[in-house]
Amino acid sequence: MANEAVSPNPISAKNGRVLLEVRNLVKYFPVRGGIFRHVVAWVKAVDDVSFTIHEGETLGLVGESGCGKTTVGQAILRLTEPTRGQVIFDGQDLLKLKGEALKRARRNLQIVFQDPYGSLDPRLPIEESIAEGLHIHGIGTPAERFEIVLEMLRKVGMEDYHAMRYPHEFSGGQRQRIGIARALVLRPKFLVLDEPVSALDVSIQAQVLNLLRDLQREFGLTYLFIAHNLGVVEHISDRVAVMYLGKIVEVAPRDVLFGNPMHPYTQALMSAIPIPDPTVKRQRIILKGDVPSPLNPPAGCRFHPRCPMAMGICARQEPELREVAPGHFVHCWLYQPHEAEPVTAQTD
Amino acid sequence: MAQPVTLDARAHDKDALLTTKRESLWQDALRRLVRNRAAVVGGVIILMLYLMAIFADKIAPYPYEKQTLVDQNKVPAWMLKVFPTMQPYAKISDKYLLGADYVGRDLFSRIVYGTRVSLTVALIGPLISLIIGVTYGSISGYFGGRLDNIMMRIVDVLYAFPGLLFIILLMAFFRSTFARPEPGTFTYAVSQLDARLGGMLFIFIGIGLTAWETMARLTRGQVLSMREKEFIEAARTIGATDLRIMFRHILPNIVGPLVVAETLAIPGYITTEAFLSFIGLGVNPPTPSWGSMISEGAQVIRTYPNQTIFPALALAITMFAFNFLGDGLRDALDPRLRGTQ
Repeated sequence: MANEAVSPNPISAKNGRVLLEVRNLVKYFPVRGGIFRHVVAWVKAVDDVSFTIHEGETLGLVGESGCGKTTVGQAILRLTEPTRGQVIFDGQDLLKLKGEALKRARRNLQIVFQDPYGSLDPRLPIEESIAEGLHIHGIGTPAERFEIVLEMLRKVGMEDYHAMRYPHEFSGGQRQRIGIARALVLRPKFLVLDEPVSALDVSIQAQVLNLLRDLQREFGLTYLFIAHNLGVVEHISDRVAVMYLGKIVEVAPRDVLFGNPMHPYTQALMSAIPIPDPTVKRQRIILKGDVPSPLNPPAGCRFHPRCPMAMGICARQEPELREVAPGHFVHCWLYQPHEAEPVTAQTD
Repeated sequence: MAQPVTLDARAHDKDALLTTKRESLWQDALRRLVRNRAAVVGGVIILMLYLMAIFADKIAPYPYEKQTLVDQNKVPAWMLKVFPTMQPYAKISDKYLLGADYVGRDLFSRIVYGTRVSLTVALIGPLISLIIGVTYGSISGYFGGRLDNIMMRIVDVLYAFPGLLFIILLMAFFRSTFARPEPGTFTYAVSQLDARLGGMLFIFIGIGLTAWETMARLTRGQVLSMREKEFIEAARTIGATDLRIMFRHILPNIVGPLVVAETLAIPGYITTEAFLSFIGLGVNPPTPSWGSMISEGAQVIRTYPNQTIFPALALAITMFAFNFLGDGLRDALDPRLRGTQ
């Protein structure tokens, strides 16, 4: 998929206006134990994450399972309440909104889920699932709503006669299209795509990705595309952010990130992308050890216990997310000045 | 002129779309239920029992309380063929289909009237436990956290109570306190209501007090598992309120297992009533209940077994019917559970 020709998005990241800004987002989940169910520890799922998304662009958010990328998406939509931080959408802090104002703001932010089987109410014909948003926001008469639903179904490549069917009568790809139709029916500006294709067959993945791209052009949508499949991310993203253990370690425009990854973790990830050519041999960077538990993340840079380039300072102090080239941010001591110190010999 | 034609065609198309509504999961379940012979038989029996309860005064040949002392313990002629040991002492009278009891009341009529008690319990038990249990469990499961913790600990405490003993104590207490209350007081009103219901009020209260706890736990578990589903989150991002999510998305999806559990709990309620009546804490005489009839029949079980066997048979058939229907419902609503217990 990665080698398919992709025309660049008409609105580039540079001239677009900032639509969504996430500032210092933190989400800790309490771990309860003991007889009184008191908090014994915190899972630091998302720890001080900041990024911006410009109008009309797609930001890919990649990382291993459990690195907190889904939590970021859910916190933006307030499906989980963040512990701290700000989510500024169109100049408004979403985390401060309540009641009616929150309901109105939510029209503009929708989500497409990973699991096409769990994301549709099995007891409702899909027409009702899609029309629910219109109903809640008091848009149109029932007949008008039905018309809008049919139009939306056609837009995602489904037929009118599908409207009255139930979710169990559809395939995974079809359900994902229905999920997209439901997300788009309120004409949102911004869509969180939470691994929207990872549950689908490869041939269907391409169809759904192309559909998402077409819809983005047609409706001027902005995407946060969460995935662990780098090929898919390369196909659809304008910029890519890489997460590791609750932190963003690198953000860069797609071509820069894939052409010149700077953070050792990103480099390791890139070296793991399979090349569809059996004659090409690539030097793989094999990381030692497992991802540490987010319950008790390593001090300093969280990647240092597994990092092939780790230095003394990495274990003591956390680097900042620093812009090393225009639009290219890296969270690593290798690219920022630090006091000179004797290089300590690696013990292992 | 072309314009109206196309409009009509569109309208017609849409009508066709709306009328070809696909088979819903409920219709699908109903189809599976109807194909299950045992469940259909159970359902038909239950329906007939309810008709019998409603039209008891038309079906029963005698009033349930009418005593004919000369007809004490009389049996119909056919009974001797079934129980030949009665031959030496039985007094024959074909006036009574199943015989008469120790004060000469028609057994058949009393069994027919007895359906009123058992089937009211079969209706009230689930009603109370669904209303209280489902509400309680839904709130606990949906809002979660500390509230859930507190609410479930309360259920744990109540659950630890020996239910039957609790009902017995309750009855003993209220029956004695409410024996001769002053007219115009609350206790008087309650005792009047109890008398009007033939002594069933306290059976309802007793069953209701203990039956909802299981339901609350089950509902909570179901709501908890549903709450994490992605379509619930989708509804939330759309702006659906908690009430809407609860009634439109969660309840329709969990109502199947709840109905099944409740149907299978009905025999338990019926047994409880029969047991209470058997030990003399149930309905007030002369109101017939199968439990009290079995209790009275048990006194003469060796001489006139018909007085025990027929009410017991009625009880057994009713329980089987509810169990068959419950099993059928479970298979129909969740085919994956077929054959499991």
